[in-house]
Amino acid sequence: MSAPDDIVIDVEGLTKTFGKQVAVRNLSIKVKRRLIYGFLGPNGSGKTTTLRMLTGLLRPDGGHGTCLGYDILRQSAEIKRHVGYMTQRFSLYADLTIRENLEFVARIHTLPHPRDRAQEAIVRLGLESRAGQLAGSLSGGWKQRLALGACILPGPELLLLDEPTAGVDPQARRDFWDEIHALAADGLTALVSTHYMDEAERCHELAFISYGDLLATGPVEEIIARSNLSTYTVGGPDLDALSRRLKSLPGIDNIAPFGNALHVSGRDGAALEESIGPLVEAGPQHWQKSAPTIEDVFIDLVSRPKGALAAPSKDGRNA
Amino acid sequence: MLDAVRRPLGRTLAVLIKEFIQLARERTTFAMIIAIPLLQLILFGYAIDSDPHELPTAVLAHETSPETRAVLAAIDRTGYFRVAYAVSSEAEIDGLVHSGKVLFAIEIPAHFGRDARRGLSPEILVIADASDPAAIGNAVAALSGIAGGALAHVGPPLTGADAAPPFRFVVHRRYNPAIETSLNIVPGLTGTILTMTMVIFTALAVTREVERGTMENLLAMPVRPTEVMLGKIAPYVVIGGLQMAIILFLAWLLFDVPVEGSLGLLAALTTLFVLANLSVGYTFSTIATSQLQAMQMSIMFFLPSLLLSGFLFPFLGMPLWAQWIGEALPLTHYLRIVRGIMLKGAGFADLVRDVGALAAFTLAAMTLAVLRFRQTLD
Ligand SMILES: Nc1ncnc2c1ncn2[C@@H]1O[C@H](COP(=O)(O)OP(=O)(O)OP(=O)(O)O)[C@@H](O)[C@H]1O
Ligand SMILES: [Mg+2]
Repeated sequence: MSAPDDIVIDVEGLTKTFGKQVAVRNLSIKVKRRLIYGFLGPNGSGKTTTLRMLTGLLRPDGGHGTCLGYDILRQSAEIKRHVGYMTQRFSLYADLTIRENLEFVARIHTLPHPRDRAQEAIVRLGLESRAGQLAGSLSGGWKQRLALGACILPGPELLLLDEPTAGVDPQARRDFWDEIHALAADGLTALVSTHYMDEAERCHELAFISYGDLLATGPVEEIIARSNLSTYTVGGPDLDALSRRLKSLPGIDNIAPFGNALHVSGRDGAALEESIGPLVEAGPQHWQKSAPTIEDVFIDLVSRPKGALAAPSKDGRNA
Repeated sequence: MLDAVRRPLGRTLAVLIKEFIQLARERTTFAMIIAIPLLQLILFGYAIDSDPHELPTAVLAHETSPETRAVLAAIDRTGYFRVAYAVSSEAEIDGLVHSGKVLFAIEIPAHFGRDARRGLSPEILVIADASDPAAIGNAVAALSGIAGGALAHVGPPLTGADAAPPFRFVVHRRYNPAIETSLNIVPGLTGTILTMTMVIFTALAVTREVERGTMENLLAMPVRPTEVMLGKIAPYVVIGGLQMAIILFLAWLLFDVPVEGSLGLLAALTTLFVLANLSVGYTFSTIATSQLQAMQMSIMFFLPSLLLSGFLFPFLGMPLWAQWIGEALPLTHYLRIVRGIMLKGAGFADLVRDVGALAAFTLAAMTLAVLRFRQTLD
């Protein structure tokens, strides 16, 4: 085995093209055991494609690596036995009940006593009163819960969750993340794709992908620190007019409204300060230097011209 | 080692149970399974009325004698013929038969009465339109029964051996000399019904999962293509058996179609035939990208089966190229099997060639399906 035992996912140079379009380009990540690893990126950036390559559902055009120590190109049967993959779109059987779906999963994994295993999962999910309901008639949030339950049921070592909380209410999302953290504490590893920034902050580590390219990896604070972004928070009246004015100034790369304030960021701190200097003096808004949020960093990463990225971030968290 | 058997079996069973539940829940499919054989058999069965009476007939009599009248009366008493035209020339007969105004034309020769009494056994020509063989079969059979007694009360033959009938019918079949009897239709119908339903049901099996998006989940689970195939096919073997039972029972109840041979052999070989069709359908469903495409492929398979298997047209009457295509279709072989067992009481030894062909076909289709089954999404 090429990867040390505590590295669960270790892939290098993964590439996938559909026709002429490159969905994932030269992607390398390492994920340590028991980590919750966030996978972020805008729509169409290649998150789902990457997860599918890890489970053997798509064959990479280039690259190699292991998942749980099994070769992703040649041992997908083993991988499927030990990985729980939750698809982005609900893909359990809508015309089976919750119980029937869970029993099916238990049987496919040839677990002993599939009925008991399904019942346990139903209790764990708090779905006792709905066990006989058709899965297709569940609300979005319950569908996601059921899908997660089905993933966990066979006792996988690694979870690949594709936008598991899309369209789920805040309370349910919090419960969901509590569950993921509990599972990680029990020894599971989870790779979770998401669009939510607050969820990104709940992950131990992150990978950020955009249009097929891996832009940054590492713990949240590290990514923020490495971004070299200077950010000011501006409060006060007439923020709209100010925002329009700022757009044309040099050194300002990003302006994002946050509630009643604006976040103004620039990659070149000196240029930023030079541009905003007169405005800080003039008022009436009040300016305050602040730490960039992970969202500032991500918006900045996506908006950078291609190829302008520093190489070291590619190599991930070990940098 | 035990695991090597238990696991694949368990996974196949998992798919099978799931399919059964889904099938039971899909009411229209379930209704179709019962309704298709019922409807087809009743419609086909009665539409082809295996024993029609009062068929339009033209008569050309070259003499009017007591004997002629006696023969015509006897023909009338069979109930199968209705004299619609009395004509005076052969040209008129040709016109009537050709235009379909009559199914039969009966020509009684000159000196019929005299020749009959002299024991010369004169011939009455019967022209039959055999383009619909089912319609005329029983009528022709009924004719042979009347030659002996028709002239009994007209007077005894003047001379000759008593054993020889006083006259004979000579039947000329037009348009379809290779006659098929009505009994052939019902056993053949079992084959076409099974072909239609079995292929269509499994043709949707895989495409349905793809279209509903459940394929991604199924593929992410540790189940092999063979296990998916067997699990998906198995419920329909049971259903095919059910359909066969319905058909046989109705055929016996409504049309008195017997099963001359062994019922067990028929059941076993029908199962083989059902498997052959299921694997065709399943192969389609691994090739098609949508349920619509799968349906179109099924129809493309069903049409030649209907036309070239010997169900609609006599197999040996087809051109050689059509026979070759026919030999490649499971229905052709099954028709021979089912007709052989039901009508002629054939045993396994008589059917070995067709059984072998069916088995080879099934194996080839299943292998193709497993090879075609996409284990990835690209
Ligand atoms: N089967 C496919 N055939 C052709 N193109 C595909 C296929 N799957 C994905 N793509 C393309 O690859 C790119 C990456 O898609 P992918 O689904 O991986 O993005 P994503 O990050 O999961 O997006 P989202 O956040 O919207 O789910 C997209 O441009 C998509 O159109
Ligand atoms: Mg996606």
